[in-house]
Amino acid sequence: MEMNQYLDMFIEESKEHIQAINDHLLVLENDPENVNLINEIFRSAHTLKGMAATMGFEDMAALTHEMENVLDQARNHKLVIDTDIMDVIFKCVDVLETMLYSIAGGGDGKEDVSHIVAALKAILKGELPVSIRQEDVSQPESASGKETAATAIAETAEDMRPYQLDEYEFTVIEQSIESGYHAYWIKTSVKDDCVLKAARAYMVYDNLESLGEIIKTTPSVEELEEEKFEKSFEIVLISKETEDKIEKTVMNVSEIEAVEVREIQPNAQHTASVQQQEEKQPAASVAPTKQPAAKGTKEEKTAAKAPVAKKSTTSKTIRVDIERLDVLMNLFSELVIDRGRLEQLARESGQSALMETVEHMSRISGDLQNIILTMRMVPVEQVFNRFPRMVRDLAKDLNKKINLEIVGADTELDRTVIDEIGDPLVHLLRNSLDHGVESAEERRAAGKPEEGLVQLKAYHSGNHVFIEVRDDGKGINREKVLKKALERGILTEQTASSLSDKQIYELLFASGLSTADQISDVSGRGVGLDVVKTKIESLGGSCSVDSNPGAGTTFLIQLPLTLSIISAMLVQVEDEKFAVPLSSIIETAVFSPDDIMHAHQQDVIDFRGRIVPLVSLKSIFNIPDSIEHKDNDISVVIVRKGDKMAGLVVDSFIGQQEIVLKSLGKYLTNVFAISGATILGDGQVALIIDCNALIK
Amino acid sequence: MLDHKDIVEEIKVIVFRLKDEEYGVEVNQVKSIERLEHITRVPRTPQFIKGVINMRGIVTPIVDLRRRFGIEEATYNETTRVIIVAIGEIEVGLIVDSANDVIDIPINAIEPPPEVVGGIEAVYLRGVAKLDRRLLILLNLNKVLNTDEIKQLENIEA
Repeated sequence: MEMNQYLDMFIEESKEHIQAINDHLLVLENDPENVNLINEIFRSAHTLKGMAATMGFEDMAALTHEMENVLDQARNHKLVIDTDIMDVIFKCVDVLETMLYSIAGGGDGKEDVSHIVAALKAILKGELPVSIRQEDVSQPESASGKETAATAIAETAEDMRPYQLDEYEFTVIEQSIESGYHAYWIKTSVKDDCVLKAARAYMVYDNLESLGEIIKTTPSVEELEEEKFEKSFEIVLISKETEDKIEKTVMNVSEIEAVEVREIQPNAQHTASVQQQEEKQPAASVAPTKQPAAKGTKEEKTAAKAPVAKKSTTSKTIRVDIERLDVLMNLFSELVIDRGRLEQLARESGQSALMETVEHMSRISGDLQNIILTMRMVPVEQVFNRFPRMVRDLAKDLNKKINLEIVGADTELDRTVIDEIGDPLVHLLRNSLDHGVESAEERRAAGKPEEGLVQLKAYHSGNHVFIEVRDDGKGINREKVLKKALERGILTEQTASSLSDKQIYELLFASGLSTADQISDVSGRGVGLDVVKTKIESLGGSCSVDSNPGAGTTFLIQLPLTLSIISAMLVQVEDEKFAVPLSSIIETAVFSPDDIMHAHQQDVIDFRGRIVPLVSLKSIFNIPDSIEHKDNDISVVIVRKGDKMAGLVVDSFIGQQEIVLKSLGKYLTNVFAISGATILGDGQVALIIDCNALIK
Repeated sequence: MLDHKDIVEEIKVIVFRLKDEEYGVEVNQVKSIERLEHITRVPRTPQFIKGVINMRGIVTPIVDLRRRFGIEEATYNETTRVIIVAIGEIEVGLIVDSANDVIDIPINAIEPPPEVVGGIEAVYLRGVAKLDRRLLILLNLNKVLNTDEIKQLENIEA
């Protein structure tokens, strides 16, 4: 069968199910008795198994099958979930994820699942699960493990498809049996010298159909009609008649050599799973519904997720290829450029009718811009939902008790931003877990609850989205940071004394500074935070840190809503035009030449009581002179980078405008102080100034 | 129908002129040929990069081929053209004195380049094609547009 068209759907849905299992497992860990949760996990695992088997990913199906068995025992109270079992199941989910990634990457999803299947089997037998890692190392054991796995797969196949029935057919049979019918598997062989095989098959089919309902034929009816079978074919019939009667009916057809009739008895295991499947059906089209949980964290999380889930049930949605949205965005960008051009032309022409029309068009395209931008918005949940698991594992490795609280997971951000913030957030979370939150003993000694709290919070504000990573740990050790910074030569004694606490904390973002006395696997060697900062800044955002000694640390990331269309101030220097992103501008001002002062061979101005260095764009960009006459006043754009400021000296301000970000292409990379280009209303290209590079 | 035995493999090239020589780039590397329009200078880039232009919504860097090969600069005039070429992911416009011919060259008429032709080092050349009385220099655009060289130049200037 052509499976490709289903592959994407399979991958998407499997991701959702694996995520659901992960989520539920985390809740289950705190509440191991909760049968509802186990049921939820069981259903997800079961659906995964069904899908994987249908798509022919046998390893995946085999693994989920074993997982299902363990879960089945657990929900029937034959097995008590303990941490060892949890670990094995978590490991399963990891392997499933690996397989899925392999499949998504065009691979075959094959993984060696033998040791993990063996571990699951051991649990079923009531043995203590052998540590999975150990078994990984010891060769002979894993070899025997493989054997078990092989049988497991074989068993699965047999168990799952004794008559090669799928879940749907099982359901039908199951229901029929409940209402007093029998289900039969009938194998009919035609004689070797049979001339009209297709006709005989048809007669058998026809006769059987008079006795009941045929739900499956192997090969398919079409193939039977086209005589695409060797000697025998199989039919599954639901009927009230007896086996004898059926056998006779078939034998009435001539040229039939033999017939074998067997009554199908779906085993208990399967009945159960089929029932599960049934229950699952109504919810299948909806995003996996979240289980209400008792604990505070999960309540928050559920609350955050609930509106999303609700939305998808009430409003109709379609899945759109993300590339099409990108194309749409690009086309719209072209339109924005033409809009600028039209506005300019209309102004120049001075015709009021034309101007009105253009104005109207501008308003409409403004609305359109909003819609297109929101279409590309995705909830940060996509990034956040992998963190609970990561934090759990990490806390375990670090031997700390940590409660991760997620707030505002439904906050939306542009897809391009979402794709990029995962790594920086991982860094920050790891940092909080490793350096922020203390060990249980330390916390006890400090009179804090043993369990540390790490909060991940996202919210909108203006044209920005803020993401906060807050912990209630020991806070940043001001002296230690200062000492390290001095040691590493990041700053001098002189400057150190004049720094505020916050400025010292910000030193954490400087490269080559790690305050952990011991280098750990977790947060590395102080390469983390400066990488975070660079990454966030490359996205047009900024990050800061604040800390209360003994009470905790907060990292704050500020991100723009979108990256493709930004507001900018257009300025002119001689004959050249540049765009300065509004996000880095504090204000524009005009000074008289007398206002300029000199300090350390540098022109500076006094801007609201602060000394701000002046940067001449003309000299930095080697802009050639033009003949145009200029007045004496000096126009300055005051820009900032964090707490630092600079004044860009320009000839004139053209005005504020929405501009479409374009890259300079692959040929021109790393141009100094230029972050990209845009196309102006007159069709010319203007360069976008990267203010960060101009502020030292 | 022609007899296939008689057909020698050919490549189609766009012919352009720089100073006194004729050059060729393969047609499948050329996206379009444009008249020279307003170029936005990009500061702090090598001298042969003239800047960027708006090529139907795509910001495209422009390389002055004369400068690229160290031939003395000429003022741009009516015949000056920009040949937009695409090499892999790189899309660049090349400024040439004129471009007005497309011809087929039999593969066997292409000879390996001598050390220096028209002042251009052999590394930038694919070969030289002799056609009747014409001599056509075929460029190796992969080398001409190698970004490593820009980086080296930047390092020297810095």
